Amino acid sequence: MIKFMKSHRFLILRRISQLTLMVLYFSANAYGINMLRGTLSSSLLFNTIPLADPYAVLQMLATGAILGTDVLIGALIILLFYMVVAGRSFCSWVCPINMITDIANWLRRVLYLDKIERKVWLGRGTRYWVMGLALILSAVTSVAAFEIVSPISMLFRGIVFGIGMGYAAVLSIFLFDLFAVKNGWCGHICPLGAFYSTTSRVSLLRVKHNQPNCTLCMKCKDVCPEKQVLSIVGKESGDIVSGECTNCGRCIEVCEDDSLSFGIRSYIKKMDRR
Amino acid sequence: MSNLKTEKTVITDRRKFISLMAQSIGLSALGGMIWTGYIQEAKAAPLILRPPGARSEADFLRLCIKCGQCAEACPFDTLLMAKPGDNKPMGTPYFIPREIPCYMCTDIPCVPVCPTGALDKDSVSSILENEKVLQIEKAQMGLAVIDEDSCIAFWGVQCDACYRACPLMDKAITLDYRRNERTGKHAFLIPVVVSDACTGCGLCEHACVTKKAAIHVLPFEVLKGEVGTNYIKGWDKDDEKRLENVSTDVITHTKRSDQSPVDYLNSSEELFK
Repeated sequence: MIKFMKSHRFLILRRISQLTLMVLYFSANAYGINMLRGTLSSSLLFNTIPLADPYAVLQMLATGAILGTDVLIGALIILLFYMVVAGRSFCSWVCPINMITDIANWLRRVLYLDKIERKVWLGRGTRYWVMGLALILSAVTSVAAFEIVSPISMLFRGIVFGIGMGYAAVLSIFLFDLFAVKNGWCGHICPLGAFYSTTSRVSLLRVKHNQPNCTLCMKCKDVCPEKQVLSIVGKESGDIVSGECTNCGRCIEVCEDDSLSFGIRSYIKKMDRR
Repeated sequence: MSNLKTEKTVITDRRKFISLMAQSIGLSALGGMIWTGYIQEAKAAPLILRPPGARSEADFLRLCIKCGQCAEACPFDTLLMAKPGDNKPMGTPYFIPREIPCYMCTDIPCVPVCPTGALDKDSVSSILENEKVLQIEKAQMGLAVIDEDSCIAFWGVQCDACYRACPLMDKAITLDYRRNERTGKHAFLIPVVVSDACTGCGLCEHACVTKKAAIHVLPFEVLKGEVGTNYIKGWDKDDEKRLENVSTDVITHTKRSDQSPVDYLNSSEELFK
């Protein structure tokens, strides 16, 4: 049991983080406990600090809307937090869809689908096209184009206010990730993930690789939802610098050789080699 | 002699880049058109009732971030967030007055919490003694209309449920007394909606005693007409102000009127063609 806890420590922490946020938002609506009010799109922390989804705000600006200052400040706070500190952590520590796609991914491994499925090809660059397209379509249709179809906010609103037929959208993503494309939604299509990948390239929180410890077992690459970011594994020590890394920490958990860890990105090159 | 058969087409990096770009842009255009088609259908819900202070539907859809803070602030659970399957623009707030109407709270809790300005505080407040005061009576969520056939007051039954439910009694709904010719000794108590005063809260629709309400609230934008500048109340000084900024050029231009009449009648070209 302790071994399981240790080998899933970040996974457990992430689930706690995701569920705590849901409980906080839900209890604000249901019981009037106003610690965190609203939804992931825009909320109010402790009745004073506004928070907002920067990509939603960008789409709204593309529609030509003149926005209130609250939402602009809120979007800036969130943007800076991920940009400077946490990287693309939204995707694995906050987003509710992550739980759905993680289950699909786990089932994939259990069913050996990765090894025996019929391959459907979809490029990981697709999401950046979707991200840009949503901004163009926002300008064309005068409504935030991704927000009106977003399964992320659909699911989250569903948890706070009731989901209606929204479960069909969530189920679609589950089936897509399980049977069509591995990491299909989060790793290939979701424009919000693409947005955070783009804006969080420079953030401080990073996974670090210590190459001398590595035995090339490749367990990290098996479990990683964005395995292209682990290109330096086994080759050289350093930070995982790609903005596409979601800081989920799965690679660190499965590594039995202690060659991966969380750390602060070193921008200053070390002069002396020990 | 060309040696087409033996010469292999060289795929240069430049060609590869251009072709792949063309593919990506083409696929984006394909996806974009399908997506746009969906959005245009999904945002078309002309008969949706919005919270007080909501801007015009087009601006509201631009500004609403779908966070639900207005719905959370509503103490009566009037405001609903559109779910998939509701056939309303996804995630936007609305209400169904027959189920739960807007109770017109004087402190309007739903409006100041809006972070984007989709609900405009200024439109539901006025300046009294140099101080901005919230005034729910200024809200224009909708306008009540009455179906005279199913309204039992028009039959002669003394029902004034909507009139008494109205929070702006005698301002937004007035009673018109008329003689009931059928019985010869009773009066009709006919409810009349005053469109300038009605906020569209829907308390009347909620109170209506018929099986399906005979008084309905529809969005203000949909129902409210507009006279334009062709008709002016000559006896009303205020109404004449509407003419101040009207252009004096009122001549109609058509293809034919742009030609001089003389030219038009004498142009032989047209005749002998």
